[in-house]
Amino acid sequence: MSELLSYTFMQNALLAGVLVSVACGLIGTLVVLKRMVFISGGVAHAAYGGVGLAFYLGVNPVLGAVVFSLMASFLMGYIQRKTRQRQDTLIGVMWAMGMAIGIIFADLTPGYKADLMSYLFGSILAVTQTDLLLMLGVDIFVIAVVVLFYKELQAASFDETFARVRNLPVDLLYLLLVAMIGFAVVILMRVVGLIMIIALLTVPAAISTLFLKDMKHILGLATVLSLGFTTGGLLLSYFFNLTSGATIILVAGIAYLIAMLAAHYCRRCPG
Amino acid sequence: MTPKEQHQKTLVEINNLAAGYNNEIVLKNINLSIFQDDFIGLIGPNGGGKTTLLKVILGLIAPKQGSIRINAQPPQLGRRNIGYVPQIAEYDTDFPISVQDIVRMGRLSPKRLFKPYTAEDDAIVKERLGWLDMLDYKDRALRELSGGQRQRVYIARALVTEPELLLLDEPTISVDFEARTQIFDLLYEINQRGVAILLVSHDLTAISSYVKTIGCLNRKLFYEGKKEITAEMLEASYSCPIDLIAHGLPHRVVAEHTESHHE
Repeated sequence: MSELLSYTFMQNALLAGVLVSVACGLIGTLVVLKRMVFISGGVAHAAYGGVGLAFYLGVNPVLGAVVFSLMASFLMGYIQRKTRQRQDTLIGVMWAMGMAIGIIFADLTPGYKADLMSYLFGSILAVTQTDLLLMLGVDIFVIAVVVLFYKELQAASFDETFARVRNLPVDLLYLLLVAMIGFAVVILMRVVGLIMIIALLTVPAAISTLFLKDMKHILGLATVLSLGFTTGGLLLSYFFNLTSGATIILVAGIAYLIAMLAAHYCRRCPG
Repeated sequence: MTPKEQHQKTLVEINNLAAGYNNEIVLKNINLSIFQDDFIGLIGPNGGGKTTLLKVILGLIAPKQGSIRINAQPPQLGRRNIGYVPQIAEYDTDFPISVQDIVRMGRLSPKRLFKPYTAEDDAIVKERLGWLDMLDYKDRALRELSGGQRQRVYIARALVTEPELLLLDEPTISVDFEARTQIFDLLYEINQRGVAILLVSHDLTAISSYVKTIGCLNRKLFYEGKKEITAEMLEASYSCPIDLIAHGLPHRVVAEHTESHHE
């Protein structure tokens, strides 16, 4: 174990796990409570368009992912808010179109493309210093938003109409949440890959809401759970020589199924 | 001018208003004044525009025609003096939140951004929960409450805003008879303390004798500031085709318009 920790790539991977867990626990809770799980899945997939385009243009794919991810989250957020009909269809189409754009640009790019796979399936062991700094930046942004606007975020998540009647900045809060989803996608992309982000973002919060009734506690437990899933999955994948992103997701998914069963049982038994 | 209009402050003034969604007009020719000591009950069939009227008053949808003023201000400003109690059916009952946290939301406003809740907030939250007999439940989760208890929590939340006017949308829906009586006793007391009340319901029996004046709303408003509904008002609002579409039943008489069809 101590030998394992002496590798720089392992230190970076574990640190990445800590950093993304903070963003994941906080943003994931808001996403689950605000019922934006489908949107976050859509944003994650659409971001691949940016990766492909950046690859084609020869710039850093993370940059492409940032641009596409934010564009997709604002667009999908707008659709969910403003259109009454067919919003799930529209978001689903954008979800697939983003992926398609990425694949076509990859086709158009000559040469070796194996690197693109790491954006789809994650490569936490290949996390760089720059990635870590980006994760830290996102964490600071997210913590600041949640601390500064905690009361208002809670009110707007629970009952947006009432929050609006109280003249709270409901639209600004929504915009901040949508931006946070975009940033979460970019940093989680390195850990579990775009395809599987939806699970890591939402499972820790979903488990926490099963057992806790206070949003503050849910934010905390969701962060701890994400840390458990990323670290546990990472170590398992190392010892059994498996793909790290997929192992993390399986750990999270199995934990969710167990938690659902436990919660179901708890509600049935007296007291 | 009636004596009432001379002596009382007008809280809400609606003139020749039309409102709706997209291209559909739901309300038209609405004229309504709400005064300081009013306790108004409006009944009307589902789809008759009751919730739309509340949304216009709350500045959530803009009128397509006519004007609305709250304390002589546009609704987006004037609504800070309105306590809003939405239909409980609209809520996500699984949302993880405690009674106290729900009620405290009523203390929020743009001025309170970046400032934590104060001891004064907690005191008024406790006091209003006490009015509603819900103080013992303040640490309970929303999902552990019955329909009647949730309704009282939302009334408490509206009351901690220290409103001049309370707006209630179907306050007795999914509430048993006992809780209904309790809610009306409480509304009566609140009204006695100087808070105007406007409540809307599709259910005639939901309008208690505590209501001072009564009207009918079905796309048009039939309200003369009187205690009784006239046969003409009911006929005009309840026998029209919209009612037939809403209920899928032929012409109903007033006496049959009871809770039986939705319980």
